[in-house]
Amino acid sequence: MLMTERDRVTNEIKALTDKLGHNRTSLVPILQDVKRKYHRIDSFAMQVIADELGIHPVEVHSVASFYSFLGDHVQGKYVIRLCRTISCDMQNKERVARQLENDLDISFGETTKDGKFTLEWANCMGMCDQGPALLVNDRVFTKVTPESVHEILQECRSAFGQHAAERKEVHLV
Amino acid sequence: MNTIPTFSSMTPEAGLKKAFGMTRPDIIAQINASGLKGRGGAGFPTGVKWNFAASAKADKKYIVCNADEGEPGTFKDRVILQEYADLVFEGMTIAAKAVGAKEGILFLRGEYTYLRPHLEAVLAKRREKKLLGKNVLSADIEFDIRIFMGAGAYICGEETALIECLEGFRGEPRNRPPFPVNTGFLDRPSVVNNVETLAWAACILQEGPEWFKSKGTEKSTGIKIFSISGDCERPGVYEFPLGITVADLLKKVGGTKARAVQIGGASGQCVPASEFQRCIAFEDIPTGGSVIVFGPQRDMLDVLHNFLEFFVDESCGQCTPCRLGNRKLLEGVEMLKAGTCSMAYLRELCALGESMQLSSKCGLGQSSPCAFLSVVKHFRDELMGRTNSLTHA
Repeated sequence: MLMTERDRVTNEIKALTDKLGHNRTSLVPILQDVKRKYHRIDSFAMQVIADELGIHPVEVHSVASFYSFLGDHVQGKYVIRLCRTISCDMQNKERVARQLENDLDISFGETTKDGKFTLEWANCMGMCDQGPALLVNDRVFTKVTPESVHEILQECRSAFGQHAAERKEVHLV
Repeated sequence: MNTIPTFSSMTPEAGLKKAFGMTRPDIIAQINASGLKGRGGAGFPTGVKWNFAASAKADKKYIVCNADEGEPGTFKDRVILQEYADLVFEGMTIAAKAVGAKEGILFLRGEYTYLRPHLEAVLAKRREKKLLGKNVLSADIEFDIRIFMGAGAYICGEETALIECLEGFRGEPRNRPPFPVNTGFLDRPSVVNNVETLAWAACILQEGPEWFKSKGTEKSTGIKIFSISGDCERPGVYEFPLGITVADLLKKVGGTKARAVQIGGASGQCVPASEFQRCIAFEDIPTGGSVIVFGPQRDMLDVLHNFLEFFVDESCGQCTPCRLGNRKLLEGVEMLKAGTCSMAYLRELCALGESMQLSSKCGLGQSSPCAFLSVVKHFRDELMGRTNSLTHA
């Protein structure tokens, strides 16, 4: 089971490097793709990427750990990033933060036990005129209120149900 | 709110067609004559930058559009890319013709991933219309643009850090010189311009340098796009001629009650109400367009606290003054908030800030103490001997 998963990762990374090119300039796009697909970049994936690009795995780790959207920590299916910078801060981001923590029962920097949600802070995300703002993966939500937090989470939860079903079908095939 | 009248009034591709009928030095001469300076904040003359890259000899050259808009309080590039992407790509194509580049890269910050499908669609349309590709406008010029996603690092807005990221390295700024116009992406001459700068370049080619120069001041020509946020009635994106006073700007956005305004984002300066007659222009208060308004209820120490947490988080850690200096300043603000900072230590912190401005490797560390120093200078009477966090009111 473990081997199959590893083989799958290896094959996917190989296909990815074939597509993007076996050179250093492809490193960040490769890491972004792996992160999007697996919600983490573990040391095994780093080793495969390093082999494909002909660099030392430490180089891969050094780059991955530098960028806040990469990194080797495990993330949930939905990464919620709440903007904490000044304009959102002045628009009561603290209350939204509190409510997110309450509704998810985790603190910032943590992932829910079911692996669905990760809660993180983000620095200014360019929505300063419509704060407080947050990103759910790539999607942006503006003028978030403590009351609307629940709706946003519910939407993710119902979408997650669908995704889970899709994934099962893939496994059956 | 999300429209920029001058950009809306432009005829699509008129500037590009004009540029394609001109020689390379003539295009650069037009940009030089307009006095256009970099709209990202640093204010380097665009024509000079293009000219350096144009005269460099290399097998390949690159045009990079810097859409890593990360400065707190800045969001104009997001609006420009949403509403006027064609104008930006037109500017990039004009720059490519002027410099002799075949490849363009739009460096889009990771937080703006949701803009990517729209931008890819605009690029595809331009390829269809022969505005990009092997023979742009049926001329013997090849140019195409690809999108590269950033990965969540404020420092990548610095042009050499951006190039490091493109090359697959940590976004740590390089020593300059050599400058990217000589030794940029993959050691080739590269022009790195802000989104807004490229859009203005397209406008200047269409309307002519005199039109651009007729607005703004002598040293800061033209119009600037501003991102206004904070305690005002009408936050959003605005266009104002450079040289506008802070007071006039506040009137337009409904923020006349402000006690202070942060101009140029977290790395800019804090202007108190007593100085609202000053001008926003490269010769007085320079800006990349970020204006954050602070109403009478705001505690400036809270603001500083927020800014310094930002810099501690976003410092790349490469050079000591920035990596440790920002931490020390943050600790200092925490002491001030707790009311445990002596005047002697505050003076030391200010001296540290000045050292950081002199000794940091890149713009991040050189400008991160600005907010601290300007708040200490203008709001000194509110800072000392606090017994709780809101003693100023």
